[in-house]
Amino acid sequence: MGMLHVKVWRGTEQGEFQAFEVPRLESQTVLDVVTYIQRKCDASLAYRFACRVGVCGSCAMSVNGQARWTCRTHVSKVAAEDRLEIAPLRNLPVVRDLVTDMREFFDKWARARGQFQGGKRRTDDFARVAPDSRERQQVDAGIECIGCGVCYSACDVVTWNRDYLGPAALNRAWTLVNDVRDVSRKERLAAVAGDAGCHACHTHMNCTERCPKQISPTAAIAGLKRMALAAAVKGEI
Amino acid sequence: MNTRSQVLLWGAQRVSAMVLALCVVIHLVTIIYAVRNGLSAAEILGRTRGNAGWLAFYTVFVAAVAIHAPIGLRGILAESIGWRGRSADIFVLAIAMSLATWGWRAVYAVFV
Amino acid sequence: MKNDFRARNHPAYWAFVVHRVSGLLLTLFLPLHFWALGQALHGEARFDGFLRWTEQPLVKFAETALVLLLAAHMAGGVRLLMLEFLAWRDWQRSLLAIASGASIAVGLAFLLNVV
Repeated sequence: MGMLHVKVWRGTEQGEFQAFEVPRLESQTVLDVVTYIQRKCDASLAYRFACRVGVCGSCAMSVNGQARWTCRTHVSKVAAEDRLEIAPLRNLPVVRDLVTDMREFFDKWARARGQFQGGKRRTDDFARVAPDSRERQQVDAGIECIGCGVCYSACDVVTWNRDYLGPAALNRAWTLVNDVRDVSRKERLAAVAGDAGCHACHTHMNCTERCPKQISPTAAIAGLKRMALAAAVKGEI
Repeated sequence: MNTRSQVLLWGAQRVSAMVLALCVVIHLVTIIYAVRNGLSAAEILGRTRGNAGWLAFYTVFVAAVAIHAPIGLRGILAESIGWRGRSADIFVLAIAMSLATWGWRAVYAVFV
Repeated sequence: MKNDFRARNHPAYWAFVVHRVSGLLLTLFLPLHFWALGQALHGEARFDGFLRWTEQPLVKFAETALVLLLAAHMAGGVRLLMLEFLAWRDWQRSLLAIASGASIAVGLAFLLNVV
């Protein structure tokens, strides 16, 4: 099947692309290519992966300029003329080669109050949430996020405003404000509102365009914008 | 600026946008109608002088623009040149007041 | 590291660029527009003098561009309002097509009337 011409980022923020030739295989994923390089060409290549099947969210990289989950991205889908350019995710500090420091990404989930806070005790009865209720449907639309950081990497507002919480954290907050069992709705809305939160979003839809789980953080953020505006008008935040 | 003010500012831009959407449609139709035979002072002033409806419409139009445009500019200043905080907010407020003053002066000019 | 055009090459991003550039240019144009109308304060003749200046082809070309910018900013803005305030599923792309179609139609209508 011929050879793939692959350029891989080496270094930290400063660095350069290194060229490798990798045999083209059937049903080959981008992660397969990176793994091949690390095993056969240069064992010092740093990259991150775990599950290999699109569940853990640890193998996201920039592939030919676009953020993708590499384990489920087939080479045939992205390598025009058998060329690949593989780099670390954007908008995050580079630790080495293809590995980014995800701390600020996850810290922002915490800042957006991404933790569920229930008001019941284990002696209380179960909460009953109808599967077809509006709230539950909103939660369903966003709950499958695997925290891969693709949307964060694709977002221009993150690039322009380092304080911006980003699509994933806001999407998480949206699933929680729609969780009828959660009791810290008001505090969460205050945490995600304003210039560093949902209202900074310009609806570029880079996140929606790139999300490997077909979630639309843009829709979640739009929901937060409306809900937080209502809260601000009422003086709740 | 506190979070609540930031959110209300965002809301003000959206509400002014809704007003503007209506105003701009009317404005565009007027423009396209007005330029058919070329523009002349007599024709324009004939339409606008002493016309209270026109005065009210353009007074609202200018107010909505003076709210809408500076808030957009505030975002551009923050994102493109990194100018944020109190000094940027004061600058943008000054732009808003200048736009309103100049705009209402223009409305007055074709009304009297 | 930062994204380049490859990450941004999709319709919603172009719509953003059009919206931002048109918004900025329209804001810069406003003082000129208000100054021009303010000429009427100095009498009808002065105002007429200015209007005659606007009959040059280059000015008419610039006016057409401004009308197009205004129409595009409005149509794109209505699209944004719908995305932000209405429950939304899969019709964003049709909205974009409608917005661009409407702006071009307005620009053409102006052009045909002004020349």
